[in-house]
Amino acid sequence: MKLFFLKFKSITLIVIFVLISNVSFSKESNVQLLKPDWSFNGFFGKFDRASLQRGYQVYKEVCASCHSMSLLSYRNLAEKGGPEFTAEEVKAIASQFEVTDGPNNDGEMFQRSGKPSDRFASPYPNENASRSANGGAYPPDMSVLAKARPGGSDYIYSVLMGYEEKTPENIKLEEGVYYNKYMIGNKIRMANPLSEGVIEYTDGTKASQEQMAKDVVSFLTWAAEPHLEIRKELGFKSVIYLLILTILVYLIKKKIWLRIEPKV
Amino acid sequence: MSSEKPNQQYEPVHTNKVGGSPFTGVTGWIDNRLPIIRMFKHEYLDFQVPKSLSYFWSFGGILTICLILLIVTGLSLGMHYKPDAKYAFDSVEKIMRDVNFGWLIRYAHMNLASFFFIAVYLHIFRGLYYGSYKEPRQLMWLIGIVIFFLMMATAFLGYTLPWGQMSYWGATVITNLFSAIPLVGESVVTWLWGDYSVGDAALNRFYVLHWLIAFLIVGVVAFHVIALHIVGSNNPSGIEPKDTRDTVSFSPFTTSKDLVGMLVFLLIFVAVMMYAPNYLGHPDNYIPANPLVTPAHIVPEWYFLPFYAILRSIPDKLMGVIAMVSSIAILGLLPWLDFSKVRSSVFRPIWKQCVFLFVLDFFVLMYIGGAPAEGIYLVIGRIGTAFWFAFFLILAPLVSLIEKPLPMPDSIHEFEEWKKQGKIKTIKLFNR
Repeated sequence: MKLFFLKFKSITLIVIFVLISNVSFSKESNVQLLKPDWSFNGFFGKFDRASLQRGYQVYKEVCASCHSMSLLSYRNLAEKGGPEFTAEEVKAIASQFEVTDGPNNDGEMFQRSGKPSDRFASPYPNENASRSANGGAYPPDMSVLAKARPGGSDYIYSVLMGYEEKTPENIKLEEGVYYNKYMIGNKIRMANPLSEGVIEYTDGTKASQEQMAKDVVSFLTWAAEPHLEIRKELGFKSVIYLLILTILVYLIKKKIWLRIEPKV
Repeated sequence: MSSEKPNQQYEPVHTNKVGGSPFTGVTGWIDNRLPIIRMFKHEYLDFQVPKSLSYFWSFGGILTICLILLIVTGLSLGMHYKPDAKYAFDSVEKIMRDVNFGWLIRYAHMNLASFFFIAVYLHIFRGLYYGSYKEPRQLMWLIGIVIFFLMMATAFLGYTLPWGQMSYWGATVITNLFSAIPLVGESVVTWLWGDYSVGDAALNRFYVLHWLIAFLIVGVVAFHVIALHIVGSNNPSGIEPKDTRDTVSFSPFTTSKDLVGMLVFLLIFVAVMMYAPNYLGHPDNYIPANPLVTPAHIVPEWYFLPFYAILRSIPDKLMGVIAMVSSIAILGLLPWLDFSKVRSSVFRPIWKQCVFLFVLDFFVLMYIGGAPAEGIYLVIGRIGTAFWFAFFLILAPLVSLIEKPLPMPDSIHEFEEWKKQGKIKTIKLFNR
């Protein structure tokens, strides 16, 4: 009887451990996501600048024709911890876009070329226009997409790599719907966006599907978490600082308590 | 026409109570007129505390620090946040992107809420395990339950503010619970929303109430602490201190020990906040609220899951709500349901196991709360709910009645001796 009771403490501890190590309660898909070795993972994670710059190119030339990124401004592209384009490059990038500004002194709206302080130009004026152009589906805004999906960066990467030529026989697809191995529900209205050779990298890197997916996901991760590098840097410093402080305070505490508990 | 009679004695009146300070100089001058300095000395420097407190007694201090940090970070966030259905999501993102160290303040606030609950659950566990709810601390325990209810309310309101998908749909589910009230339910819900659905009006008032309740908590915490200073701390032995061999003065002994506890807690908090800031949140909350799209699973924050499981395990809506509320309120009956004279589980072999089973049940229900309400999950949830109530209504009185407590020491210093001799087993880590 006693032995049986004693086990509750251990059972409780085991259950707590299992829960903590496996918190993904609402598992929507049982497929194991692809997990590339991201440079931004880990305690000292940093973005790969070249990859972010290439990722921006993929976004601009491929994704941006349907997906907005309305929370970002062109100036962000020059900020520390991001793609770190130079100020001149950012000016040049921004000036490629037409922006509606105004009203001017005559009360008229007018077109001008973009400035670094402008938000990323959106492909559609509103959600309805976007839906109407995409067969009813709404390509989500990608500003925080990397934080808005279970699995985050790995998930987006997996979806980009998850298009397969052959659709399994048990899945029936309507017109304009594609099979994707990793997409939640396995059906996606976006055709494979990153086919081989869809863009040509300005830095001469070979634009394989894998390379483009990796670059654009890095870019999206940065876009969702622009202060990731400083966060990890500061995190490491504060943890070390607190660790030393804790040890010192613990030793002080020990010493204080010796006043009433002299060593035997 | 004077009504005064000669030779009548009158009670003297002292409206001027200036004086009595043990301090001199400026300190004394102030303290004579506003006796907070002597009160501080009396309550925080000379205050006698049982010698045997383990680190489980650090959580009161930890919670105070959490509350202060939550208010400070909340104040900073409030200066940039816009409680408007159109701008709320973007204003949070603006804080994350453009405000100087806004990301740090926001992640701190977000994760502090979770850590506040971690600390409060450990604090409640401490109370359950060592019988801190028993005579003379019943009122303090009841005040604690009030704080817990307020915490849940303000945490729920705070979670709606970023106006993501989980904010919106969580708010819809929770406010709809009020529609279970017979007759006036629907009207109450409309009144709460200020509209016919969760929207701008609701968000605006949720923001105001989030602030209000935060400060209400500060007030009720003050009562909790005042009550503590009247009844004194319980301790692992559950025996009241008798003489100076049993106690230490609050400072520097308890303060130094509490500081270690706080720093360890802070260390874990900072590590989580800096390396996995969104681990305890739900990814859907980074999708802006959309009344037209319902998320596949509407899941509350992790700290509500056990109670969400209890809500869903009852098929009737009204009964479910009543069960959920009473699952917490029933804690308030524990001082009277458990009438064993012994406080500490160290000397209560059967009750000790019941408490561990209760903790197990808490985690099982937490898992069930996050799982879909169907099939085997529903069955386990119902068993878990039944056990939750049985723990209070059946086990507590029954165990008090049949349990034979282990032999106990007469005093705290003897308890400490027993510990050294290995007669009592304790978790070493919590005593260092």
